[in-house]
Amino acid sequence: MAPASLGHIGGSVSVLAVWSGGTDPTSEQYAFMQVLKPFEDATGITVNYTSTRDINASITAGVASGNLPDVAGLPGPGKMIELANAGTLKPLDGLFDANAYRADTPGSAALEVNGKQYAEFFKGSIKGLIWYDPKVYTGGVPTSWDDLNTKAQAALANLSGTKEWCIGLQSGAGSDGWPGTDWIEDFVIRQSGPDVYDKWVAGTQKWTSPEIKMAFTEFGKALTNSFGDANSIISTNFGKAGDPLFTTPPGCLFHHQASFITSFFQKDNPSTVAGTDYNFFLEPDINPQFSGAVTGGGDLLGMFNDTPQAEALMKYLITPQAQAIWPSIPNSGAISGSKSVDVSIYPDDITKAAAKDLANAKIFRFDGSDAMPAAMSDAFLKAVEDFTKDQTQLDSILANLDTVQSTAYGG
Amino acid sequence: MDQRLITAIVVVIAVPAVLLGYILLVERVLGLVPERRQASLRPWLWILPALLLLGFFLVYPTIATAIRSFQDKTAAANFIGFANYQFFFSSPDTLVALRNSFIWLVLLTALVVVGGLITAVLFDRVRYESVAKSLLFLPLAISFVGAGVIWKFMFDYEPAGQTQIGTINGGLTALGIGPASFITDAPANTIWLIVVGAWIWTGFAMVILSAALKGISPEILEAARVDGASELQLFRRITLPLLSPTIAVVATTMIITALKAFDIVYVMTSGNFDTNILALDMYHQLFDFGQPGRAAAVATILVILIIPVMIVNIRRFQAQEAIR
Repeated sequence: MAPASLGHIGGSVSVLAVWSGGTDPTSEQYAFMQVLKPFEDATGITVNYTSTRDINASITAGVASGNLPDVAGLPGPGKMIELANAGTLKPLDGLFDANAYRADTPGSAALEVNGKQYAEFFKGSIKGLIWYDPKVYTGGVPTSWDDLNTKAQAALANLSGTKEWCIGLQSGAGSDGWPGTDWIEDFVIRQSGPDVYDKWVAGTQKWTSPEIKMAFTEFGKALTNSFGDANSIISTNFGKAGDPLFTTPPGCLFHHQASFITSFFQKDNPSTVAGTDYNFFLEPDINPQFSGAVTGGGDLLGMFNDTPQAEALMKYLITPQAQAIWPSIPNSGAISGSKSVDVSIYPDDITKAAAKDLANAKIFRFDGSDAMPAAMSDAFLKAVEDFTKDQTQLDSILANLDTVQSTAYGG
Repeated sequence: MDQRLITAIVVVIAVPAVLLGYILLVERVLGLVPERRQASLRPWLWILPALLLLGFFLVYPTIATAIRSFQDKTAAANFIGFANYQFFFSSPDTLVALRNSFIWLVLLTALVVVGGLITAVLFDRVRYESVAKSLLFLPLAISFVGAGVIWKFMFDYEPAGQTQIGTINGGLTALGIGPASFITDAPANTIWLIVVGAWIWTGFAMVILSAALKGISPEILEAARVDGASELQLFRRITLPLLSPTIAVVATTMIITALKAFDIVYVMTSGNFDTNILALDMYHQLFDFGQPGRAAAVATILVILIIPVMIVNIRRFQAQEAIR
């Protein structure tokens, strides 16, 4: 559907999201404006856009005061479910063919409440990518997690002072620790499969169960074989954590991070070239029974007021045309949430490969910590940091998470 | 017209105009009542707008918050008795926040008052007093968020053997002492955060105390010196007692500041690694966890904690008024 088919509507729609940076052409806000421009031109609707870094607080305050934007970015499926259950978010089912949308969009099942679609998966990222410098690591794509470790040992034997992993957990107020939750989520889905993963996110799988403990233990091994020490892992920003890949001698062989990390590589190491200086492979399978299982994240958009302008915008944003604009901007690292966006629009081979991995994933699950209720997610983030600091405390950390789990869900 | 322009015009022109109109109206009304009643009525009528605003923006929210603390998190706000308070006093996370707020209260007040007093007295005796005072006062001009970011860099930690980017660990490494992880190692990290708070506020205490110090009549000090008192005795027996009302004011301000502390912890640790404090816990409960009832309970506990400080303060003001 081209924006022209929406017809001239006029009026305005207010949008609130995290993308900031004003008119700076490399900024996320600028990219979003590019997405909106054909819509504004075709429909005559003015989009009043406001950016906020603390979207959670803005929405919570908006709900309390009744002063909400028409359309807003949502922090994650967990918050979305809370807002949908409270009746604040409007269902989107009438706006488009929901079945076709779900078939076209991996992970959209996580955005349903009582069978209704409550948010759009506007822009995605695939998690569990393992980044490396192809000049340093030449072992090829490992076939399994064990194979990865074997190949890493072989590569490390020829290097001195290099560790297997680079890990950095710091991110800024309120979200410290999320790279570690990504690690654990990627282990849970590959070790124990999507059913355990879903139960875990839904709060019916105990943290102290062997499945979840196993994932923490495996993450602990990676932490031990990591550049720096526990304190530096905790206080290194995720955007800089991969930098030792590019030092001489390299600080580490591998860096586990989502597809968007390329923009951070470029920022800190402007001379690096995608494909030559860094490349990735998808974190290999662990249990062959769950082959092809991946996790991902993304930006969600929901609708608080069902005005004709807001509905038109929600219809437009999932069209292949709108979906193709942002990912085609060089170095944006963005991947469309839609499978039907042609891979040829991606500006470089790395993003193309990541987009293919996302579209071809046999089992796709949304980032688990983003999908848990806020109190659970926050405790999970803290637990990752506490575990990194002192791995011997694992049992008491998991027991504490069970306590939080018993109160964080429902009521 | 642009909405913001309308707002600006309303704020700059209409608000003063309405206030002026109100005063004129009050005088008109007062003209109608007998002359002897005017004097007793006028003050009340003049402060009436202020009282209404105070009632609406302070008294009403305080009472509403206290009521909210007995309700659950749903929009229906069902009453659930003391469950939110029960949660507060049984959750290990909030108990850590309570403990840390207490440490903040004691340590920040002590560091700022003692630091401000020492610097005020010492700088009083040097020639470059104004320069020294300006330097110490400077951090107060920096926002707390800015100070948090600055000190996060100062405290930056890299593992031993790596290049230290943080100033303090750079210095420690140069001295041959290994680097320390100031922000993540509990329980000392709370103390380092309080040091950041003291860095900001010591200048404030110093300026207030210094002003009071200048107010002490030199004749008293001169007379004591003639009587053979040592400088230390002068400080203990004359300066300190004369400064005590000012010290009390500074201490009260700092106690309230410590209980309200939020920004430094939010920026530097976000309450992780056992550094959580009450105001930050309130924020997390409200905005992150969607628990307005629990947040209101924390707010109410904060108010209750501040009440004794206010009572002591008001008593002291009354005592001073009585002396005059």
